[in-house]
Amino acid sequence: MAAHDTSKVDAVTGISTTGHEWDGIRELNTPLPRWWLWLFYICIVWGIGYVIAYPAWPLVSSYTRGVLGYASRDQIETDMAALKAQRGEMVARMESASLEEIRNDPKMLEVARALGKAAFGTNCAPCHGQGAQGVSVYPNLNDDQWMWGGSLEQIYQTIQYGIRNEHPDSRQGPMPAFGKDGIIPKADIPIVAAYVVTLSGRKPEGAVDLAKGQKLFAENCASCHGDNGKGNPDVGAPSLTSNIWLYGGDEKAIIETIANGRGGVMPGWAGRLEPATVKALTVYVHTLGGGQ
Amino acid sequence: MAQQASINKTLTIGEGGTIIAFIALAVFSIIVAAKAWTPEYAFHAYLFAAGSVAVVFVIFNRYFSRDAAPVPQEINGKPNYNMGPVKFATLAAVFWGIAGFVVGLVIALQLAYPALNFDLPWTNFGRLRPLHTSAVIFAFGGNVLLATSFYVVQRTCHARLAGDIAPWFVILGYNFFIVIAGTGYLLGITQSKEYAEPEWYADLWLTIVWVTYLLVFLATLWKRKEPHIYVANWFYLAFIVTIALLHLGNNATIPVSIYSSKSYIIWSGVQDAMVQWWYGHNAVGFFLTAGFLAIMYYFIPKRADRPVYSYRLSIVHFWALIFIYIWAGPHHLHYTALPDWAQTLGMVFSIVLWMPSWGGMINGLMTLQGAWDKLRTDPVLRMMVVSVAFYGMSTFEGPLMSIKAVNSLSHYTDWTIGHVHSGALGWVAYVSFGAIYCLVPWLWDRSRLYSLRLVNWHFWLSTLGIVLYISAMWVSGILQGLMWRAYTKLGFLEYSFIETSEAMHPFYVIRAIGGALFVIGSLIMAYNIWMTIRSPYAAGEAKRPQLVPAE
Repeated sequence: MAAHDTSKVDAVTGISTTGHEWDGIRELNTPLPRWWLWLFYICIVWGIGYVIAYPAWPLVSSYTRGVLGYASRDQIETDMAALKAQRGEMVARMESASLEEIRNDPKMLEVARALGKAAFGTNCAPCHGQGAQGVSVYPNLNDDQWMWGGSLEQIYQTIQYGIRNEHPDSRQGPMPAFGKDGIIPKADIPIVAAYVVTLSGRKPEGAVDLAKGQKLFAENCASCHGDNGKGNPDVGAPSLTSNIWLYGGDEKAIIETIANGRGGVMPGWAGRLEPATVKALTVYVHTLGGGQ
Repeated sequence: MAQQASINKTLTIGEGGTIIAFIALAVFSIIVAAKAWTPEYAFHAYLFAAGSVAVVFVIFNRYFSRDAAPVPQEINGKPNYNMGPVKFATLAAVFWGIAGFVVGLVIALQLAYPALNFDLPWTNFGRLRPLHTSAVIFAFGGNVLLATSFYVVQRTCHARLAGDIAPWFVILGYNFFIVIAGTGYLLGITQSKEYAEPEWYADLWLTIVWVTYLLVFLATLWKRKEPHIYVANWFYLAFIVTIALLHLGNNATIPVSIYSSKSYIIWSGVQDAMVQWWYGHNAVGFFLTAGFLAIMYYFIPKRADRPVYSYRLSIVHFWALIFIYIWAGPHHLHYTALPDWAQTLGMVFSIVLWMPSWGGMINGLMTLQGAWDKLRTDPVLRMMVVSVAFYGMSTFEGPLMSIKAVNSLSHYTDWTIGHVHSGALGWVAYVSFGAIYCLVPWLWDRSRLYSLRLVNWHFWLSTLGIVLYISAMWVSGILQGLMWRAYTKLGFLEYSFIETSEAMHPFYVIRAIGGALFVIGSLIMAYNIWMTIRSPYAAGEAKRPQLVPAE
């Protein structure tokens, strides 16, 4: 098969072939392209230079350190120190400052809001939304309706220990399941719900005995939500008069809420985040629009 | 049958041995299935048992219908090539390719629209993603490599494939491995090592198949009638040997029990990470590069009907490539717990690898000297030449991304996904499509493909798809990297992770559109191949130009 003359020249390129042939395929004797060879050499020379400059060769119990003395551990420490310097001493001051002091000091407030925004995006946005606008059953934090209170101290308490989790200091107490647990007779629940609808200035769908509804409300609901339905942040009972609804405000949804109860949870962040970060988050949430 | 009986037909040692081995495997598998700790593992054991019984049945069946004399090595002085396994692997490649591309499209859509996970364990992104990568790399790419290597080694050695049952065992055994791996992912069986997800028993099976593959390949080279070994075969051999090493190193696990699918790797911590990326990077280097360069070295000169550009370049870049590639893996672990010295070496070897990689590109492209005009008329050749161009682009991009400063921006972003796909879609898939378009008429003895116009459609649709895919991922990756590292003037992170995810959404949609175009192209290919095989044009009526002697 390979009975070709090695001096045989390819007619198109004028270059000789190697003389072998496999299944009709031949090979030209073209020399290595010069630019290719030089680039290869340059890469090798650069590589030699780089391994002299940087940590490169493993030895028995250590490695060559490189003449530049580079170490990625040093670099990360330098970077972190630079970042700390950029953040200034404000973050350290925040740890000892009270929430009021942070809010009233414009410089500290600026840093707190920047830190709070970053921490919010990472830790809070997955439930409350990137703009704290609320998602599904996770409440909006921009408005002035607060389940557990909108003062700095109340927000701080909520963020530190969370809601209805296992921490002893967390906010406790779900809304009972009045229907399921037989506290209010099933037939009466739509009557209470109709009364609740009127609290936010709306008209219930059917003609129901609102006086009975009011009586049932006073007996069962007012202890938490108040006689006038304005709510009580100490027990996490929201206002029923603002027409802002976490679990839906139509009669059907309210019936569902009364019958089966509610009890959303939130994790606590004290211990998980730096103390200054929790304070910054508090101030950030407080300044979103609804702080009291 | 009666006249053959007089020639005293007996089972060969190979047939007898295979039957005994598979009966034993069937019995063993049934015992394991009965005692398996989980139903998923029992299912796999039953698959092994069913497969073994089928093998025994097929071998007996073949025995009763075959001639008494062994298959002749030559007929009328010409090699009696064994093309059955090649045909099977070619069709398997088309099938798995489409399956893998479709799953890729599904997971691309899941990233854009997470509701498409359907909250079911089997359709979750976490299970479908390895299904996609394994289906395209190992099922599609692997079958292309098996088909072309068995074809090329026979043609360039001028000898019939070594072994009687062994070549079929390699092809069918490999595809059985694919079935075990793929169903395992869907059922949640994984060892969670990227590109090496199959558990210990699948790995053991693949080891047996792969060693047989190596032996068949070596034995065929051994019987060659040509004085020299063609360059494509060097690349195939490097691919087969190195993949064996990588597979053994990265799957060194200890099973919890022979009745459990679970196993634990013997490496720990950063050593495990290093072994994983030594494996992962060289799966790219030796499976997706060396193996497919072998395809290029046969199919481009053959299709263009031109000599290979430079024999010397092929030698130098072959040895440089295989010596340097094997050290480049640590660049996947920049800025991690991996020691600095290992990171440096990974980066340096990646940069030095640039020219050896480009040697293949030069040899592929410059082989077109004197045949550039064929690119206008032959879309199959055009596909292969574009694949070499994509190869050149991604082997420039790879060293670039291995530079630590660049990597600090690109790592963990979609840029990596874009890079992988410019190589996978542009290089690996295109050179494979080209080879399949060449192989099918040759294997089924047809004078030509059913339709070159359809190849053109395939080419342009999928090229548009690739361009959409990789440009979307470049933009999205760089945007993502810049958003992750952006700080406010006060020294706090500018963007949260969720904001970066939201910013990616439009690019994920564009990527899915690109993927859909690629899927459509592959369906056109499947139709074209089906019609080619069914077409009545025998090769005799118009002799293929490739067969005309060169002198």
